[in-house]
Amino acid sequence: MRRASWFNLVSIALGLAFLYLPIAVLVIFSFNASALVGVWGGWSTRWYAALLDDPDMLDSVSISLRLAALSATLATILGTLGALALVRGGRFRTRVLFSGLTYAPLVMPEVITGLSLLLLFVALDIDRGFWTIAIAHTTLIMCFVTIVVQARLLGFDRDLEEAAMDLGCPPVRTFLTVTLPLIAPAIASGWMLAFTLSLDDLVIASFTTGPGATTLPIRIYSQVRLGVKPEINAICTIIIALVAVTVVAASLITKLASQRERAVPLAAQV
Amino acid sequence: MGPCFRKDDEGRGGVTTTTHHSSKPAAFGRRLVIAIPYLWLAVFFLVPFLIVLKISLSQTAIAQPPYTPLLDLSGGLAALKDFLAALSFDNYALLISDPIYLLSYLRSLSIAIVSTALLLIIGFPLAYGMVRASRAAQAILFMLVVLPFWTSFLIRIYAWKNILEREGPLNQILVVLGIVSEPPVWLSTDSAIYIGIVYTYLPFMVLPIYATLEKLDQTLLEAAADLGCPRWKTFWLVTLPLALPGVLAGSLLCFIPIVGEFVIPDLLGGSENLMIGQTLWVEFFGNRDWPAASAVAVVLLFLLTAPIVIYQHVQARELEGGR
Repeated sequence: MRRASWFNLVSIALGLAFLYLPIAVLVIFSFNASALVGVWGGWSTRWYAALLDDPDMLDSVSISLRLAALSATLATILGTLGALALVRGGRFRTRVLFSGLTYAPLVMPEVITGLSLLLLFVALDIDRGFWTIAIAHTTLIMCFVTIVVQARLLGFDRDLEEAAMDLGCPPVRTFLTVTLPLIAPAIASGWMLAFTLSLDDLVIASFTTGPGATTLPIRIYSQVRLGVKPEINAICTIIIALVAVTVVAASLITKLASQRERAVPLAAQV
Repeated sequence: MGPCFRKDDEGRGGVTTTTHHSSKPAAFGRRLVIAIPYLWLAVFFLVPFLIVLKISLSQTAIAQPPYTPLLDLSGGLAALKDFLAALSFDNYALLISDPIYLLSYLRSLSIAIVSTALLLIIGFPLAYGMVRASRAAQAILFMLVVLPFWTSFLIRIYAWKNILEREGPLNQILVVLGIVSEPPVWLSTDSAIYIGIVYTYLPFMVLPIYATLEKLDQTLLEAAADLGCPRWKTFWLVTLPLALPGVLAGSLLCFIPIVGEFVIPDLLGGSENLMIGQTLWVEFFGNRDWPAASAVAVVLLFLLTAPIVIYQHVQARELEGGR
């Protein structure tokens, strides 16, 4: 019964064109020799060269990358624990509140999350800067990791864990030698998702930032508010390329892992 | 670490006794696994809302930070009394008395409703088309729909700024094709906001719908066809009702954040009518009126409570129920 009609093909084609053409336009314009949008001055890499001469921009790139690595790592640890609590924690009291707290950041408007975290930091009298953004990002993105890992935990055969424990393997060791390798691909893709989300965030970082912690999105935003700038097209193209490579790598990891899946019962005998 | 427990309970009758020795540390471990993320979310997600609520009830002060101080519990009962006496509803009165706020809320809600409808109209056929493609093609299409979601949101909005410029590619194409004689103004209009929103949120609408359509039992459609039901009627009577959970999840996943959207209207829209996210931003960063900004946030959260609760219900069932 799977038969794609003309209508199906056209809706797919239009939908994908809508998703990808704007990005293509951005990439092409980043190589435009002319400073004016809409005037094509031939191919050029001058805007990429201009980026290298902009120490503020490079500084922001470094801040954003460090921030994303730190908060993605924290979020992955917390998010994985959260997934374990939800799937393997049994029916503990206030579980509804916990799952509510887990999913809420996913849809909560960013202006609310940002404002409330800032007010917390002010109330606690914490100096704002790199670390406050890291905490804010960790809070925002851990739910994405939880969802990814949770799906994986629900998806695999629990008999493996029970077999290990029936054979006298202590729970912590069972977790490290059986469960963790099985959910590792989900943890890896959760980390990458968390990394890109942190790299991307403008609103929450704007609220929780302090002196000396101008992240890349904050810097890009302050420049593009005034209009289109070719240097920004160039930095955006670099980010898009980076993300595309990361995502393709992530999907390859997942694919390899699911192929290895079939070999798992054998491994469990060892 | 739950399985260890279950074994213990089941094994009480006889066979399995192996994990008995580790049950105490395991219980501790299990509690720790729950407690760590729980505590983090409580401290950095739940408590901050209470602070927002508190500050929305305090007076604006010309100081640093610009509001009257928080409750100092060391002062005992007298301090609590002072605290309660100092609470003021001035900020909420302001929200009602100045039409700017009401208009912002209404504008946000109407933009969110219209864009969710547009997203459904565009997203459903896309998801439907994806499901009907071959297995191999589906994997690629899925990847293609997800990929932009990974790419920076700010960058994708900014990309539209390039396209929608007066001398930009869109107008050039429209003029060349002879659709318009004069290049129309796109930036700073509501059309630009809708384009930006639909563009950004499309994957959020497509993926949940795709997930439910993908699980749909094909034999039901075959049965309908065998019984002589026309295709459009099968779609209307079988496919659509079964796809409803996905439609609901996708719509809420889009609707809720759109109401509070800031970046899209700020970069693509005009500066006259603000959405509520922009109003909050201006109140906070522009006017430095933290209590008023907090009151705006509290009312916004209140408006979104019902959709958020419904969404969580759908989400939890989607993740935990189907197995």
